[in-house]
Amino acid sequence: MSLDKDTVKKLAHLARLDLPDDELQHLAGELSHIMQFVEQLAEVPTDGVAPMASVAHMNLYRRPDEVTDGDYPDKVLANAPEAMDGFFLVPKVVE
Amino acid sequence: MSDLIKLSIAEAKARLDKKEISAVELTEAHLAAMEKARHLNAFVTETPELAIVRAKQADAAIGKGEAGALSGIPLGIKDLFCTEGVRTTASSKILGNFVPTYESTVSANLKKAGAVMLGKTSMDEFAMGSSNMTSAFGPVISPWKRKSNANIQLVPGGSSGGSAAAVSARLVMGATGTDTGGSIRQPAAFVGIVGLKPTYGRCSRWGTVAFASSLDQAGPMTRTVKDAAIMLGAMAGYDPKDSTSANIKVPDFAAAMTGDIRGLKIGIPKEYRPEGLSDEIAKLWDDGVEMLKAAGAIPVEISLPHTKYALATYYIVAPAECSSNLARYDGVRYGMRVEGKTLDELYAKTRAAGFGREVRRRILIGTYVLSAGYYDAYYTKAQKLRTLIAEDFAKAYEKVDVILTPTAPSAAFGLGETDEDPVTMWLNDVFTVPASMAGLPGISVPTGLSKEGLPLGLQLLAKPFDEETLVKVAGVLEDAAKFTALPTGVEI
Repeated sequence: MSLDKDTVKKLAHLARLDLPDDELQHLAGELSHIMQFVEQLAEVPTDGVAPMASVAHMNLYRRPDEVTDGDYPDKVLANAPEAMDGFFLVPKVVE
Repeated sequence: MSDLIKLSIAEAKARLDKKEISAVELTEAHLAAMEKARHLNAFVTETPELAIVRAKQADAAIGKGEAGALSGIPLGIKDLFCTEGVRTTASSKILGNFVPTYESTVSANLKKAGAVMLGKTSMDEFAMGSSNMTSAFGPVISPWKRKSNANIQLVPGGSSGGSAAAVSARLVMGATGTDTGGSIRQPAAFVGIVGLKPTYGRCSRWGTVAFASSLDQAGPMTRTVKDAAIMLGAMAGYDPKDSTSANIKVPDFAAAMTGDIRGLKIGIPKEYRPEGLSDEIAKLWDDGVEMLKAAGAIPVEISLPHTKYALATYYIVAPAECSSNLARYDGVRYGMRVEGKTLDELYAKTRAAGFGREVRRRILIGTYVLSAGYYDAYYTKAQKLRTLIAEDFAKAYEKVDVILTPTAPSAAFGLGETDEDPVTMWLNDVFTVPASMAGLPGISVPTGLSKEGLPLGLQLLAKPFDEETLVKVAGVLEDAAKFTALPTGVEI
């Protein structure tokens, strides 16, 4: 699989990375090379093999539906680049 | 330098408990060493004042007979563990000003055990790398030098490179690392120390900056196997705040180090001897087999047929999880922000400016393999390979108790000696990645030196949650190998 600059541009948009044109070009080469490397997996027959999402052989347990944490908005907002009146601030979203 | 920095954790603990030395004295000796070794760039943030406060608390606790497992022991904490009130950066620009308002479970456990944090150790950005060269705060320099040329600066390995360098240079007695594909074991091998990656689920991931959540696991980096066993005991434990934390008892790992490995079966996987494996590494491995055999263990040849696919599998699974995990860095809730006219523009500009090259690259690969039309061909395929890799190990463990392999295919390389090709760099992890994919515990033990006088390590792998057998065999290997070399690039 070879990735061209337009594909990388689309990926960069999906990942919300604002990359300059010359970097997109360079990345197209790098990513193509990486994808060629991982392509070797295609040669392994995997019909009927269950995909593994986690190695932890356990079921997620259910905790009681109770509030056990919270009520400290100042701590939550302590690292916000911009905050006001207990809210995170962002540029205007709805005109 | 003070002799105190040469002690192991076990030795220091014995002297602290008998009040032959004080925690303040021990901490001051290490702070002095840390100051003298700043050229290594092992720390992103040093916390000397906090260290003295904690050392005084440790002395008080010891005085009252209330000492914990690590009371007064100076440690480095990888800058991936959130520390309340102390900047935590993951060696990334995007978290350059992040001061957590909470403490990770692992660092909280260590604090509770009385450990004294000296600072936050550097790493590859977001733990993505095998050289510590991707840190936004500059590379970490290994305290080791080649015999033939002391001017060449070597890498400490990665991603836990700052922790590795600090432990090896005797700036701290131990340090936390995290291992996703080899990030504890490979740097440990590069600097001649012990690095233990526990079973997935043994240590809580809560409060640790996430890279690839199905693989990330915290573990100790120390100078002896016993110290690793002691430190793991303090780090580990069930944590309801991490849904993958294992709800099982933490055994006394150090007590398992009986030295008796008679009759244990040691698996030697034939696939770990690829064509082109250096003679030096092959001999190191053969010597290791002989050492365990001499102690009464039985070597057994095993096959792990999907080994050659582990790296490619890893480089789909880990970037996929990374792209998902790192979506949280949006310039809104924490970390840096680059303003934009729209919210989307703010996200994209912030993330482009905040993430380094390797991180951006992995986010893009992850985005690609998870995107519509490619998900099954790449991501699901890799998850299936992961099943096959895990089954290889499960089958092998029907026949053997532990597995012995080299930790890394070479000794540490020099800064700037690396290939531009990212895939070449990834080959460093060829021996460590398979066990990560299967969630198995592993340990790297220094067992020899290269012709250039650089440390080389062997890796032992055990069954899930059998860290006791792991440290038992590792302790025997350590005793037989008698690795006593000191790093030549710092004064000790």
